[in-house]
Amino acid sequence: MAAVTRRSFSALRVLLTQQYRRRSFGPQNLRLSRTESAPSRWAASLQTSCNRTLQTTVERRRPVVQFKLSDIGEGIMEVTVKEWYVKEGDRVSQFDSICEVQSDKASVTITSRYDGVIRRLYYEADATALVGKPLVDIETESASELSQEDVVETPAMAREEHTHQEIKGHKTQATPAVRRLAMENNIKLSEVVGTGKDGRILKEDILNFLAKQTGAILPPAPLFQEVQTPGPAAAPPLSAPAAVRPPPAAPRPVFTGKDVTEPLKGFHKAMVKTMTAALKIPHFGYCDEVDLSRLVLLRSELKPVAERRGIKLSYLPFFIKAASLSLLHFPILNSTLDEGCQNITFKASHNIGVAMDTSQGLLVPSVKSVQLLSVFQVAQELTRLQALGAAGQLGTAELSGGTFTLSNIGSVSPPGFPTPTRSDPVRPLCVSISDRRDVCQAGHSSSRGRHRSAGENPGWFQNRLKCWSRPGSTLQAGSQGGHERPQLEAVKLFQLRATNPPEDENLI
Amino acid sequence: MLGTFCVLSAGVQRAWSSSSCLFMDPSSPGLVLQSQSTDVFQNLALEDWIDAHVDLQQRSVLLLWRNRPTVVIGRHQNPWAECNLPAMRSAQVPVARRRSGGGTVYHDLGNLNLTFFASKKAYDRRRNLKVVTDALRRVRPQLDIQATDRLDILLNGHYKISGTASRLSRKSSYHHCTLLHSADRSAIAVLLRPSCPGIRSNATPSIPSPVANLSDHAPSLQWEELLEAVVQQYSSEFGLTSSSQCVDPADEALFPGVGSMEAELRSWEWTFGKTPKFSVETQLELRDERPAARCSAQLQLEVKNGRVESCRVEVPATWLPERLSASLAQALLGERFCPHRAAAALSALLRCESGPLHSRLHNLCDVLVAAMG
Repeated sequence: MAAVTRRSFSALRVLLTQQYRRRSFGPQNLRLSRTESAPSRWAASLQTSCNRTLQTTVERRRPVVQFKLSDIGEGIMEVTVKEWYVKEGDRVSQFDSICEVQSDKASVTITSRYDGVIRRLYYEADATALVGKPLVDIETESASELSQEDVVETPAMAREEHTHQEIKGHKTQATPAVRRLAMENNIKLSEVVGTGKDGRILKEDILNFLAKQTGAILPPAPLFQEVQTPGPAAAPPLSAPAAVRPPPAAPRPVFTGKDVTEPLKGFHKAMVKTMTAALKIPHFGYCDEVDLSRLVLLRSELKPVAERRGIKLSYLPFFIKAASLSLLHFPILNSTLDEGCQNITFKASHNIGVAMDTSQGLLVPSVKSVQLLSVFQVAQELTRLQALGAAGQLGTAELSGGTFTLSNIGSVSPPGFPTPTRSDPVRPLCVSISDRRDVCQAGHSSSRGRHRSAGENPGWFQNRLKCWSRPGSTLQAGSQGGHERPQLEAVKLFQLRATNPPEDENLI
Repeated sequence: MLGTFCVLSAGVQRAWSSSSCLFMDPSSPGLVLQSQSTDVFQNLALEDWIDAHVDLQQRSVLLLWRNRPTVVIGRHQNPWAECNLPAMRSAQVPVARRRSGGGTVYHDLGNLNLTFFASKKAYDRRRNLKVVTDALRRVRPQLDIQATDRLDILLNGHYKISGTASRLSRKSSYHHCTLLHSADRSAIAVLLRPSCPGIRSNATPSIPSPVANLSDHAPSLQWEELLEAVVQQYSSEFGLTSSSQCVDPADEALFPGVGSMEAELRSWEWTFGKTPKFSVETQLELRDERPAARCSAQLQLEVKNGRVESCRVEVPATWLPERLSASLAQALLGERFCPHRAAAALSALLRCESGPLHSRLHNLCDVLVAAMG
């Protein structure tokens, strides 16, 4: 038993440095060699103290360095800390930016001299920092930073701790941005092979790892890596082919398969309220097709005239004007009900809103007083609104006051015939130009109307225009049947109006 | 005018096909470049590129550039506090945030910008300014030109004709300054004032100074002559042998990666999102037409990273029910501090409301949007 104890003791002793042996064992050493009675008790206490010092060794291997604010030059002694790029607990690599300080019109980026973890920030933002005093504490971890420790053999007894130390000694290096990317994708950095300096893990390594895992398409590696700045004589020059690179391709999406939750803010939150309110209104749907061939011809004739005046003439101004003309005959479609559904207000002005997809979301600016404008003037106003919408500059004047709205849903066919339902928040009048070879379909309009349109008045809209109208916020529940007629009339009115010759000065 | 800016530089013009040729000439310890572009973002991106990619340990570089009318704010400044953004929008004058510190300046084609690039060890702003003052004294000895402790250059001891800012990175540095030759001073007065009232922030404030143009006091001094003088003085101070070159900051072949630097400088996140946290506290004057009535409300906003972090609108309950003003304040949370974004969010809210309160609510929205510049 004594022999076993002696062997284990000597094995442990090999692990420890002179320093700790001297500190921890001192007199005990002598005592042990002299007294061999009660070896098991000694061995037990020796083991615990060894373990304790082993743990101390592990902690002592990670010194915390005070990173001082270096001299900025020109005799400047103090600066203002303006912005921190890191916080306590963040991992940094050498040359990563730590903070931005300002002094006397000079903005200085302070970069880290070490790899490690930020343990303490000495200043808040807007505080004054002194040159030569500590700025941050960094717990360094790179093996080269530490003093030489003798870890020669790995005895069976302490193999666990030793292996633990080895892993810690080769802790993975990566910038905070790379670590965040790994964390978002549930990747252990220890599983990723680093291809950067000193085995550092780069963003590309994470993406390659992800690609292997999910088989996803990766964005192309950045074309512009750290350029080797040319030295005065010795370094090879930047090769001409390398300097002329193709422009980087647009990044392709990477599927990470992880849910992302974000709070709903601002405009989008307000839209929830608007759309919920819209649902309280009973909806009524009606679909029709109108032949637009003559309109197409008319527009192609008028387009160069408009272009000469700097306006792009689409079909929308025609539809807007036609809507206004029919509203003159059916003012009930340009009205609002009050809260208690007691009174109905017939709005005098035809402020026709147009749904627009902008960077801020779906906005509905309106063209004001269309009843006073010609088609060309409507086109001018539309162009102005579209420019503002594209620039994200629509204001309350443009966005409020609409009384009737048109939505162009593009060249997509509305799915079948719409059944009026309460749960479908579609705008009052949808318009879509569909395939020119379709045969005119009937909606709710009776065939009588169709015959009349075909025979009498090919009219403005002669290409297969699918008209699909819902009165939306202006009509009351229970009177749906009653209002169907006026809408039919409204559609036919568009056709009737078309008999006016294009030279009518009111319309150009 | 742009062509003459480049053609009349000293020495022979050489065509540069790659940056290696441009920056690799070992014979000279210095290099003078003139930018062909008058776009502030392209020129600032070129500054960044040179700072990041040229080895400045062995040589120094002087870059000469000018911009179409622009307002340039310092790295840690607040654009809403420094310049009148609505007026700039209608005059189509953009705002740019540079990477160096300091205050706000107005650039136009009558203002010459000089950037002195050097290693961090060779960073010496007074030496750089000496190049400018000596050049001016040489061509117009009768002018009283002095550089101050604050690194401004004063004319006749009173008028500021040049301001300075600089940036230090790990190994490199640059120091740039303006030089007013024939700028539009009336524009400065109009554009360099706050966009909206009640801003409280710790951002670097600008210190306004009376300015003058060199051309006002030395009418015969032409732009080209000024350029020549500066280039010659720089050459003699820094021991230059090569001539000055014209470069196109948008040339991706010559400066690979400059395009993405330019894009970053143009982005909203950089220009507005980098504003230090600030608050807005102001009084709103509300009114109603029918019946005619008035009321005052208090607005309190906190803006962080250019977005509304918290918002409080205190309207007397007799004017508007509290739930309405509270929902208005709620609608702005998280949106950019921008009148257009606010208008979009508030319009969506307005559509839900109708009745007698609608006009008052509409008025409150209008006044709120106006308070955001």
